Amino acid sequence: MQTIDMATTALRDLNATLQAQAEATNQTAWEIVNPKGSHAIAVGLDAPIEVTVKGSTGYYCAGMNKQATITVNGSVGPGVAENMMSGTVIIDGDASQYAGATGHGGTLIIKGNASSRCGISMKGIDIIVHGNVGHMSAFMAQSGNLVVCGDAGDALGDSIYEARLFVRGSVKSLGADCIEKEMRPEHIALLADLLERGGCDAKPEEFKRYGSARQLYNFNIDNAY
Amino acid sequence: MKDDHSSAPRTVPIQSATFSNPVNAEIRRAAATGIYDIRGGGAKRKVPHFDDLLFLGASISRYPLEGYREACDTSVTLGTRYAKNPIKLDIPITIAGMSFGALSGPAKEALGRGATLAGTSTTTGDGGMTPEERGHSKMLVYQYLPSRYGMNPDDLRKADAIEVVVGQGAKPGGGGMLLGQKITDRVAQMRNLPKGIDQRSACRHPDWTGPDDLEIKILELREITGWKVPIYIKVGGARPYFDTTLAVKAGADVVVIDGMQGGTAATQDVFIEHVGMPTLACIREAVRALEDLGMHREVQLIVSGGIRTGADVAKCMALGADAVSIGTAALIALGDNDPKWEAEYQKLGTTAGAYDDWHEGNDPAGISTQNPDLAARLDPVEGGRRLRNYLKVMTLEAQTIARACGKNKLQNLEPEDLCALTMEAAAMAKVPLAGTDWWPGKPGTTF
Repeated sequence: MQTIDMATTALRDLNATLQAQAEATNQTAWEIVNPKGSHAIAVGLDAPIEVTVKGSTGYYCAGMNKQATITVNGSVGPGVAENMMSGTVIIDGDASQYAGATGHGGTLIIKGNASSRCGISMKGIDIIVHGNVGHMSAFMAQSGNLVVCGDAGDALGDSIYEARLFVRGSVKSLGADCIEKEMRPEHIALLADLLERGGCDAKPEEFKRYGSARQLYNFNIDNAY
Repeated sequence: MKDDHSSAPRTVPIQSATFSNPVNAEIRRAAATGIYDIRGGGAKRKVPHFDDLLFLGASISRYPLEGYREACDTSVTLGTRYAKNPIKLDIPITIAGMSFGALSGPAKEALGRGATLAGTSTTTGDGGMTPEERGHSKMLVYQYLPSRYGMNPDDLRKADAIEVVVGQGAKPGGGGMLLGQKITDRVAQMRNLPKGIDQRSACRHPDWTGPDDLEIKILELREITGWKVPIYIKVGGARPYFDTTLAVKAGADVVVIDGMQGGTAATQDVFIEHVGMPTLACIREAVRALEDLGMHREVQLIVSGGIRTGADVAKCMALGADAVSIGTAALIALGDNDPKWEAEYQKLGTTAGAYDDWHEGNDPAGISTQNPDLAARLDPVEGGRRLRNYLKVMTLEAQTIARACGKNKLQNLEPEDLCALTMEAAAMAKVPLAGTDWWPGKPGTTF
């Protein structure tokens, strides 16, 4: 286990060290202590290493992650795992706005709640939230899966494309062009896998599925408002 | 006996200036279709522009440099504030961001080839970086846009600079749209969306709002790219003093101001023509912001929107810009709106010089299209040569003017070298109305 203390190590040195890890590095386990809410911790990683942040972080923790597994023993600020490409990011606490924004791949697990715009413009990432998500979550979500074990706020899935949304609790309102859809066997199977990967104590049958009505896909006056 | 009026002079029919034929035609089109007009390009309305400024040249009070032989430096370095590797350009004319998707593959390749031959940079656009574009561009600026289509850290690290796009001059405050006609398999794959559907580009970034957030976003981008490359912030010409101030506060190495004549691939005509400010009105306010912060020349300023000639380049630089960026002019150099395609423009219901339905993907010149047959009409090698030539001519023109003003470096041009032909241009450029020592708003004077 390699330990980096942010009380004595600059952010630049922290990220440069983690980014320098080669694909076949022997130093696969890293611990970051004293993060004290710093921004841009463990961003741009591209190696199959495991990084544990012992405390809460600021903006963009694990941004653009590839391959790495990053666990935060605390809560995270806005934009956690934004534009993630692959790998896994696990948040033990809550996540602020834009969690998983524009993520292309990988898995983001939030064991607490996520604030507004969770999964905004997601492009293939899987996001699993044990608690609730705030308003405008999955706005313009293109692809990937968003699982919400709690409730969803206003305007869920506004202007959604092909992403799949699964919510166990209530949905305050659906956004433009987002509708409830049938849970077919393939969706049950997909959701079962997501719940297992996310470590969720929930059954797929308890969820409803939401997705695009595909009425906004081509410009038409009847869609203007 | 009644008067005979049959031979009396008749009232001549008068067209309304308010309800002109084009206005009426648009009302009828809107009534018939229920859809607002979408088009490409920038503002077509006449606004105060660089044509309303003149250089004074040299006389007894200052002497010129010899027109052909004395050196006149055209180089510029961008990104000197924070980046380890600033961009060094041979000429202060860059190629603006235009996406693969909006433009064909050959067009993007031609832009890269031409820019490289001329010693300058080109820029990606919405949709990400293609291998062809990277391969043919010695210096490539990677646009970081609200949609994040095609955005990935590998391409980010391949870029020579990053341009965070907050807005465009054609549509400050607005997003974009790439209509389904242009969404081929490759474009769809790059953007993670189904083929054939309209692709909307958001007007706001998904993971930050405001300059405080932007400062942190830039920190993240620098951390991911090792603080190596310059980070530009591009804004549409709207509130240039405040936007420039906030961009500098957020940590920009370079500020790009795009006036309303700057083009777009597709936006509502009403947006293009009625939102934003003329390029001319943006420059001095942006420079004032930099000067007030003590950052003029430390944070470089790039101006775009309606730059056509070396005279325009020289005027921008005299007003305080470090470089300019061209988009529409570069496309015209490649062959956009060329009269040789007139018969095909006619079939599309338009004419050469007026073709702006770039979003429909039927461009006879093979530039704003994804139709392989049309795209094949543009030879990227020849296109690159034409763009190189055009950039060379612009540079020579700017040098000619600078020498005439006694300057051995384009960047040494200054507002004092200029006068204005109109009150509006004088007010916007803050240079004297020709024949006077006054402009509207000049400190210490009243209007």
